[in-house]
Parts: sequence; structure tokens; C-alpha cells
Amino acid sequence: MISTLRIGLVMALFVVLLLAMNARLFYLNIIDGDFLQDQGDARTIRMERINAHRGMIRDRRGKPLAVSSPVVSLWANPQELPLSSEQLAPIAISLGIDSAEFVARVNAARDRPFIYLRRHMRPKEARTVLDMNTPGLYGEREYHRYYPSGEVAAHLVGFTNIDDHGQEGVELSFDDWLAGTPGKKKVLKNLYGEIIRDLVPVSDAVAGKHLDLSIDIRLQYLAYRELKSAVSHYKAKSGTVVVLDVETGRILAMVNQPSYNPNNRTRLDLASVRNRAVTDVFEPGSTVKPFTVAVALMSGLYQADSVIDTSPGFIKVGSKTIRDPSNRGELDLGGIIARSSQVGISKLALTLDEFEVAAMFQKVGYGQSTGVGLPGESNGYLPNYRRWNDIDRAAFAYGYGLTVTPLQLAASYLTIASGGLRRDVGLLNEGNLKETRVYSKSVADELKSMLARVISEGTGGKASITAYRVAGKTGTVRKIGENGYLDTEHLAFFAGMTPLKNPKLVGVVLINEPKTKAYGGGSIAAPVFSRVMGSALRLLNVPPDDPGGAA
Amino acid sequence: MSQDFVRQLPAGGFEFHRREAGIGDKIHVDATIVFLLLCISGYGLLILYSAVGQQSAPVLAQSIKLGIATVTMLIMAQIPPVVYLRFAPWLYVLGLLMLGLIYFVGFEVNGSRRWLRIPGVVNFQPSEIMKLVVPMILAWYFHDRHLPPKTRHIGWAMLMIAIPVLMIGGQPDLGTALIIGVSGLLVLFLAGISWRFVFGAISLMLVSAPALWFILRDYQRQRILTLLDPERDPLGAGWNIIQSKTAIGSGGLSGKGLFQGTQSNLDFLPESQTDFIIAVLAEELGLVGIVVLLILYLLLMGRGIIISVQAQDTFGRLLSGTITFTFFVYVFVNIGMVSGVIPVVGVPLPIVSYGGTSVLTLFAGFGMLMSIHTHRRITL
Repeated sequence: MISTLRIGLVMALFVVLLLAMNARLFYLNIIDGDFLQDQGDARTIRMERINAHRGMIRDRRGKPLAVSSPVVSLWANPQELPLSSEQLAPIAISLGIDSAEFVARVNAARDRPFIYLRRHMRPKEARTVLDMNTPGLYGEREYHRYYPSGEVAAHLVGFTNIDDHGQEGVELSFDDWLAGTPGKKKVLKNLYGEIIRDLVPVSDAVAGKHLDLSIDIRLQYLAYRELKSAVSHYKAKSGTVVVLDVETGRILAMVNQPSYNPNNRTRLDLASVRNRAVTDVFEPGSTVKPFTVAVALMSGLYQADSVIDTSPGFIKVGSKTIRDPSNRGELDLGGIIARSSQVGISKLALTLDEFEVAAMFQKVGYGQSTGVGLPGESNGYLPNYRRWNDIDRAAFAYGYGLTVTPLQLAASYLTIASGGLRRDVGLLNEGNLKETRVYSKSVADELKSMLARVISEGTGGKASITAYRVAGKTGTVRKIGENGYLDTEHLAFFAGMTPLKNPKLVGVVLINEPKTKAYGGGSIAAPVFSRVMGSALRLLNVPPDDPGGAA
Repeated sequence: MSQDFVRQLPAGGFEFHRREAGIGDKIHVDATIVFLLLCISGYGLLILYSAVGQQSAPVLAQSIKLGIATVTMLIMAQIPPVVYLRFAPWLYVLGLLMLGLIYFVGFEVNGSRRWLRIPGVVNFQPSEIMKLVVPMILAWYFHDRHLPPKTRHIGWAMLMIAIPVLMIGGQPDLGTALIIGVSGLLVLFLAGISWRFVFGAISLMLVSAPALWFILRDYQRQRILTLLDPERDPLGAGWNIIQSKTAIGSGGLSGKGLFQGTQSNLDFLPESQTDFIIAVLAEELGLVGIVVLLILYLLLMGRGIIISVQAQDTFGRLLSGTITFTFFVYVFVNIGMVSGVIPVVGVPLPIVSYGGTSVLTLFAGFGMLMSIHTHRRITL
């Protein structure tokens, strides 16, 4: 018979071993527990980004200009994807791409943990691919930006890139406002990286705020339509229309040609992306003449009915000769503007203080930012000479030697329309109106009636609108080439306001390099102004101030 | 010390043997063992339910296996020990034949031939049977010999152990070979071999340990290296042990809660329902959960020891003692393996791990235990 002692010994040995095992487990569980617990968490708990919904961009009546809709981006971890081409092929087929190419692409990225397979798929389509349950294949919720107004508001609204960051327009300049804050959530992932369970959201995604623009998409549409047809009709290189609301200084419409479709930017021509209304500068030419006249009126040397003799149609200033197209004879100040006489305005300017004209140009906003907050805005150029020689003074008075943007030109005409008040132009539907008086109401009224004569008897007849009276100024400048001003390339533009008595709208039309025989602002830009503003006035229910009929 | 060599008579000083034969004895069932097995099985099924991701199908399958094992156990309990004694040599020979057969028609799983397959009838591992048969043959060998055994008899006994151990080790199935070897040596020890042999063998093992290194296969060396430093190949050989230690450690005192374990439920823990199931338990129910399981095991073993001590003949004593201690070795090896103390050798946690064969063997063993306890006399 065997000894009980032996059994007891073995029993004792095993109890000791068991205690040792227990001590080991105690060590792992309790002493080393914190470290190992962190290790466990490190394997399973991941921070996942929750993409925030980007705010809508709307026009002043709440119509959407840019909206975000949820999409799914497919991505893969090539290290987890199946190796065989047979298993990869169904993915390629469901994505509609060549499977050999797809396999090559995946294999090339085998050492990387992340590649995008396709961005921004419709959730339903992405679901069908994800439902194949291929290991290593994942979907991420993102947002795709759609622009319902397409090319019409493309320059203003701009666009976002695929990662939902603003690239152009207000999408860029108000990116922080629109973008919102992505949230974070803790998720539990298994060995294959699949999300098993959502734990607590660490921070919720904060959706971006909506941005309400001052644009009226209806005006934007009709301005765009007229500009596009004009640019195409005159075979022009480009064109711009800006419409401002006189009362608030807000931009109602801002369109350019050429434009682009922000929803499909696969063949994006960089020249068409530019918002020419704020980025491109030109010499304003005759359109600045009213401000020279304003200086003359304010100087006390001239009255509105003061007469200047422009005979014989040219004047020698220093070594240069300034010419009118023909001898205009004796003109009052309104006549100089209506007939757009270079000789008359030069004579006027040379009698004024040499710094006053430039000072006035600065007061109406040239050479400085409008503060509208659009990316790439140019300040234009306003010289600040310490001495002005005569030819510079004369040329400056009729708009050469400085550059402005179409928006600046519109803003300067707003001072006339508002009765001498400079109002900051803005693009947002909110914010306080800031205005400063730059000249008296009486000067503004006199300028307005002089500009009305441009329509009734001068160069701008084609800007007239049925049942409304218009005040405005044509401009035609030769473009600058390598060897000075070119005779063949012109800018035709028109700046004006309507209705005359109590102007509601200020508009600027600019047509760049028309290829037709007629190239002047009066014959090319003025008709566009007429059509855009006429439709706009009716659309906005502005009461006619000239029920008698056409001017 | 010399006292140990004296053949002790079972009647000497024990009062248990005279107890009344109760209802349990009549139907040859030991209520304590059955109760403890039920407790452990239920506990195990609960852990299994969590380890397989709360699917009911594997739990149901395991329940059926446990049921079959229980029936087997009850049948084994009805058979008087004398039958086991008589059939021991034949079973041993049959077992060796089947082990030999494996080399010709064995079914290969994961690079090792362990399975015999009788198509449509049953798949089984002969090595499992040997876990019971080796203690049986040794108990048979020693039952009518003078104890302590003579050196010559020890030599024969060693040979009886060595043949199946080498055959199983060559499959290769190191874990099972190890357990069978240990259980065989346990019989020898219980049979009362001289302490000189015991210490001599231990010293010899320590001395030859370095030499052993060279006869190990490459993957076996890897396992030992991995044990010493799991981080040397964290994504390969060290993965299992790192993940299981992480699981155990992140359980803490009271665990993350049932079904809340991340290591196991999210597939980080390999073999979570079989060999590494205790890591699931540790993660979800913490140290408390493990201690509860260990107490259950300990009680079961305590009962086994009592049966062994009460057994009235050498065969019953040796067999029941060995079966009990082998059970203990299982627990020890499995927990040691999962907690990173001994190399990963593929030993399941008794009764709790998913799988039918080992449960069947264990329950059969307990059936023999109950048989030894409830059949009073061996009459040859």
C-alpha cells in the first residue's frame, strides 16, 4: 500500500504551485494591472473623427448658394486587404474600375495603412461595396458641397476642396465661420479595425454656421445672363457686372465672364476662376470725370453752369497734345461730362489745386481695399506724387494714371447716388452700415443731373431704361501693351445709377476687349447696363420715376 | 523516512472506511464530485458564452459534449475497479497500437498528427485515452508488487511511461506528452520510489536541461524564447502571450464585467475559447472570478485526495491519486501558460475550455474515481 504521506506531499507541492500561480495572477491583475489595462485600451480604443456639417451659404432671400450633403468616402488599409486578385476583383467591379489596375494600385500600397479608394460616393453606392464585408475596407462619413447656382455665383461663392476646406470666394474667406468643428468620439475597434461600439463622444461635431450673403440670386442670374450674351456677342475677352444696393452699400450681384462650374472642376481654367470684379484693375478713364467736376464745384471757382471753351478740340499740355474726337465748342460742366470732353476736363483740372483731385479720388475709395472680404481683392493704384506736373494732372483728371477695380468704381458711384455719402460695400446680409460724408448733397445732386445728361444727350443713350430715369457715365480706355497704349484693344465700361430721383441701384458694366467694330462704353457696356438694371428694377418693384416713357 | 517504504494498510487508523453505505454508494455516484463538476461546467459555459461573442450555438454544442461526458462518467462509475485492473494491460496495448496507427493513417491538423478518424463514426485522439491508460497500467503493474518498488520494476515502469510519451511527443504534441509523463512519474512517486531516485531524477533533469535545448525543434525553442521575452516578436510568436497577459491584467480585481472584455470580444486574444479561456475570465470577472474557479478546482481535488486516501487497495489508491493530481497538473500548466510563466504548450483548462475530447477524458477519469470510491472491495 502506498503512503498517505506521499499523497500529502504531492498535495502540498501542488497547493504551493497553485498559490504561486495565484500570486502571478495577482501580480498581473493588480500590481501590473494599470499598465496592462492601458495596453488593453491602447489596442481597442481609438479616437475617431466626426466630420462637421459645413454651413450653408444663402442669398439675401434665403435661397441656397452652397449646400453640403452627406457622402461616404471609401478607404482601405492595404495591409488588411485580401492578397488574392480574385478577392479584390469584386471591389474593383463594384467601383467600376479596371480590376487589374486596382490590384496593382493596392499592391503598390501594401506597406501603407491607408489609401482612399474613392472619395464622396453616394451613401447607397458605398453601402453596396461595404456590404461585401471585405476585410480592410472602410467607409468614412464626409460631406460633399453642391452649388445649386453653378457658374452664376461661382466667383462669389467659390468652392471647397475634397477635404471640405474653402479654396475660393467666400468659401475661402469665411472658411472658419462655415466649417464648424469636427467632433471626436471614442470607439471600440476589434483586431481588424472594425468599429464595434461607439463609446462616449468626446466632443460632438459642431456644425458650421450658415452664411447669409447680400446677393439676390435673381439679380445675379439676370446680370449673368446679360453679361454672358454680351461678352459672346461682342466676342470680348472677359466682362464684369456689379450691382450695389444704394441704401446699404451691399452687393446685390457680382458676375464675371468667363466663369466656371463649381460642381465639376475637372477642366478648370485658372483664368476663369478669377473674380475679376475685385481682382482685376483697369484705368477708369472718363468714368472718374464726375469726381474731378465735384472738386471743381467744391473749389468755389465753378458753378454747374460755368462754361469752358474746348475749341479747337485739342490742348497742348507740356509736350503732349490732348484731343477730343471733334471740336465740342463751348460746354458747361454738365456738357463736359455728357460729351466726355478730355479738353474740357483737362482745362478744368489745371485750374484746380494740384492735390485736390487725387484727394477726392481717395475719398471715394480708390487705392484702398473695399473691405468686402473676398479673396484676392486688389486695392488698385492711386499715385501720391509730391509734385504734380501738368500732363499728369490733366490725364489723372480724366482717369488715366490710376487703376481701380470694378467694385471700387461701383462704390465710388454710390457716393453720388447716396447724396455724397460713402458707404462701405459689403457682401453679408448683416452688419452695421458705416457711412462718411465725402461731399455735400448739393454737389451730389448736381453730379447726378449732369450724369443724367450723359443718357439724355451724351454718350450713354443706350443705357436708358423704359419708365426709369438713369444717370451714368460711359468709359472707353485703350489697354496698355508693351509699347504704351494700344489702339486695337479697349475696355468699354459704364457706371451708373437708377432711378434718378432717388437712386436704388448702382451698377458697373465692364467689357474687356470687344472685337466688334464699335468698342466704346456707350455702345457696348451701356446696353448691358440698361437690360440688367431695367430687369432688376422691375424685379425689386421699384416705382418708375418716368412714367412718360423712354428717355 | 524509512516509514515511507512501509506498506501501509488502508485500515490503519482511518475511520471513513466503516461508514454506512449511502444511496450514492448504491448507485455508484459521488455527490460531491458531481456537484463540483456541475458548478465548474456551468461556470465554464458562462465564460465560454462570453468568449465566443455571446453566440449560443457553441455553448449548446459544448453542453451536449458535457452531457455525453457526464453519461460516460456515470457509466464508468458503474464498472467495478477490478474490471479496470483486469483490462489495463489490454487497454495499454490497444492505446499503443492506435498511437502507432496514427503514423500511418493519422489525420493532420495544424502540422501535427494527433487524430484518428473512423469516417462517419468518430474522430478522436488516442493520446487522450493514454492520459487514463498510462496511470492505469502503472497502477496495474504495482498493485500486486511489493512496495516500495525494486529498481528493476522502476525500470520497467519507466519504459511503460516512455513509450507512449515518446510516441505522443513525436506527433508532435508536447503538452500531452508532458502531462502523461508527469502523471506516470506521479504514480512512481506515490508508489514510493526512493527519495534518492526522486532527487537524482530532478538533478539529472536540471543538468541535462541545456542539452535538451538542442533536441528541441525550432518552434519549441521559439516558444521558450518567447516565454522569456514576449516582446522579441510581438506580432508573431509573442502575440498570444502578450494579448493574454494584457487581458488578464486589464481585468483588475473585479474585472470589466461579463461580456465587457475587449481583448477577447474584439478578437485580440487568440484561442480565447480554448486554451486561453482563463484570460477571458480574468479580463471580465477579474481576480475574484479566477479565485472562485480555483476554489472550485481545489475542492474537486480535495475530494479526489480523500477518495485516494480512503481507497482500500494499491490499484485504487495509485489510480485515483494520479487522476486527481493529473487534473491539478492540467490547471497548473494551463494557467502558467496563459499568465506567461511556462511556455505555450497547448493544454486546455480542464472542463472550462471548449472542446469535447479533453472533457470526455477528464469525466471518464472522475467516473473511475467514483467507481473506486463506491465499490468497496476488489475481489479478484
